[in-house]
Amino acid sequence: MKPYIKHTAFVVTLFSSVSLFAQTPLQDGSTYSIGGSWSPYVAGGLIGILTWLTFYFSEHPIGASSFYATVAGFIGKAVAPRHTHKLPYYRENPPRLKWEFWFVLAIILGSALAAASSGELALQGLPLMWIEQYGPDSGLGYASLSFVGGVLMAFGARLAGGCTSGHGLSGTLQLNISSWVAVICFFLGGLVTIRLIY
Amino acid sequence: MRTLSVKNVSKVSQPVLFGLMFGFLLQKGGVAKYHVLEGQLLLRDYTVLKVMLSAIVVGMIGVYFLHERVGTKLHLKPTRLGANMLGGLIFGVGFALAGYCPGTGAAALGQGDLPAIIVMLGLVVGSYGYAELSLFLKNTVETWGDLGKKTLPSVLGMKASTTVAAVAVLLSGVLFIIHSIQH
Repeated sequence: MKPYIKHTAFVVTLFSSVSLFAQTPLQDGSTYSIGGSWSPYVAGGLIGILTWLTFYFSEHPIGASSFYATVAGFIGKAVAPRHTHKLPYYRENPPRLKWEFWFVLAIILGSALAAASSGELALQGLPLMWIEQYGPDSGLGYASLSFVGGVLMAFGARLAGGCTSGHGLSGTLQLNISSWVAVICFFLGGLVTIRLIY
Repeated sequence: MRTLSVKNVSKVSQPVLFGLMFGFLLQKGGVAKYHVLEGQLLLRDYTVLKVMLSAIVVGMIGVYFLHERVGTKLHLKPTRLGANMLGGLIFGVGFALAGYCPGTGAAALGQGDLPAIIVMLGLVVGSYGYAELSLFLKNTVETWGDLGKKTLPSVLGMKASTTVAAVAVLLSGVLFIIHSIQH
């Protein structure tokens, strides 16, 4: 485990030194903060370097959406094992605790650490942007859109072969044709739909 | 020796370490926030494009270098135009409704945005929905425009290194334009 401690120390040192010069103001005078506490170019560039590490060490591209398919598969196996086993998707991709499973769980913790380090870790209900548009008593509408949005995203990601991580990041950086097609369609679908909400 | 010891650690600690870093960087970059993601779709806030394009340029150069010089494998997904386009559009609609994508939703939950749990619940249900229809989709949409594994260098008939250099210049140019317009 010793080299691991060394690597972790390296990562922590790297992140904390970057944070010294990459700080951007969190408030712009409006009701919510403008963006991240680091420059988007620095955060993006470091995500790029992170992809080198996952390709080299894990022989695995970054991806997130299959985490949810794995969880759904586990639930399906518990509730209706025979039926789930018959579905072609789960026959080809049997639910296992694979790379993305641990990866996505760790995203939650990594983000919590980042938020805590810049004083942004706070339980929040409805987003302020939503409240400004629809008022504070619109929780049911927000929850419905969130749920339907999640359903559509997962369905679309499985059909397209990946999400904003698997296609939008890992696929595009490999100059994969399907990923560029998919990511352009992500934005097209989003650009039109957002006009119905805001 | 150092490389070996990292490669040999369990199949859990690597994705955990990399996931911690990814979640950390997503949050620091600001893309775990609802108004930043929706702001990008409204073309008011370009944080998402800045983070994504920077990551793509840096990632592409390194991953192709590792591939060409060290022999690190690429992990390409087949091009199925019908499924990529239809699935992509459906994903986009869902993204706008939810305000988070599958990765940033997890990051949003990490920083304390509780409603992200509803999005994640929807993602689980939608995944099973896809599996439920996977037999039908396999024989229909997923056969439309099935071109197999295709990359930009292979389609253009260019050397990978030349294509990478050209795309890096192009995307950096796009970043420069976005940055200039905003300042």
